[in-house]
Amino acid sequence: MKSSVIVFPGSNCDRDVAVALEKFKIKNHMVWHEESILPKSDLVVLPGGFSYGDYLRTGCIASKSKIINEVIKHSKNGGLILGICNGFQILIETGLLPGTLLRNKKLRFISKNVFLKVENVNNVFCKYYKEKNLIELPIAHNEGNYFANKYLIEKLEDLNLIAFKYCDREGKTENNSNPNGSSNNIAGILNENKNILGMMPHPERMIDPYLSGEDGSILFKSLFESLLK
Amino acid sequence: MKISVTVTLKKDVLDPQGKVVKQTLKNMGYSEIQSIRQGKYFEIEIDESKEKNIKEVVEEICKKLLTNTVIEDYKINYN
Repeated sequence: MKSSVIVFPGSNCDRDVAVALEKFKIKNHMVWHEESILPKSDLVVLPGGFSYGDYLRTGCIASKSKIINEVIKHSKNGGLILGICNGFQILIETGLLPGTLLRNKKLRFISKNVFLKVENVNNVFCKYYKEKNLIELPIAHNEGNYFANKYLIEKLEDLNLIAFKYCDREGKTENNSNPNGSSNNIAGILNENKNILGMMPHPERMIDPYLSGEDGSILFKSLFESLLK
Repeated sequence: MKISVTVTLKKDVLDPQGKVVKQTLKNMGYSEIQSIRQGKYFEIEIDESKEKNIKEVVEEICKKLLTNTVIEDYKINYN
């Protein structure tokens, strides 16, 4: 079980996610974006942060970096990719996930804990959320307002490619529990092969009961178990 | 050769920044302002001596980097 965390100038959740991966026994490598060889990995993580200071569009410049060609190859061979926050924005700019992430509807940077409903547990990232599909994770972003045309949104719903939706304490996914204006309360999506997950919330910040909570641990446990096979 | 590119949000995409600018102008007393859409502007200098088709090159960079074609349109101005 090996993972690679890609580090861009401006990444700031790279070491947090490395701690999380190692806690769940996934052997991790940090990979600088200028590298042209990806170490042998089952999982590639694009971490949160502000790669290239969000110049041009969030995730845009990072999506053209050297290592990304290797990340795309990795995904085409069925390798797993997890993009968190800025990592999700990079996946979108790379074209590995559809749609786009606009500025938050109220134009404010949002940093708070939110409730999420796990909408799809039949994938390697979320399978252990079967027992607990209403969770709490932090978000911290300025551009997390998922937007796509209505055909794509319908397709995501029909094919069950929405992994997480923002909801309230009771699990209701309504307008008032939508922090950023995201279409259909979308917080995270999968690609059709379900080997790529992009999400705005930060599971790596919820892996310790003494510091925060453990709802993020479940994702890393699911990954660890899936990678064992 | 100098070229400029203007990138704007597509008509149907909400532009909260533009809305705020419009509202601010209204608050300043410019009641005649009806709508504002905010965009980006690029000035590009291109070496014409290369044997590439400049129009093709510019189209390509607009599509590949300067715009997110899901939500944005671009206009190229050959001055």
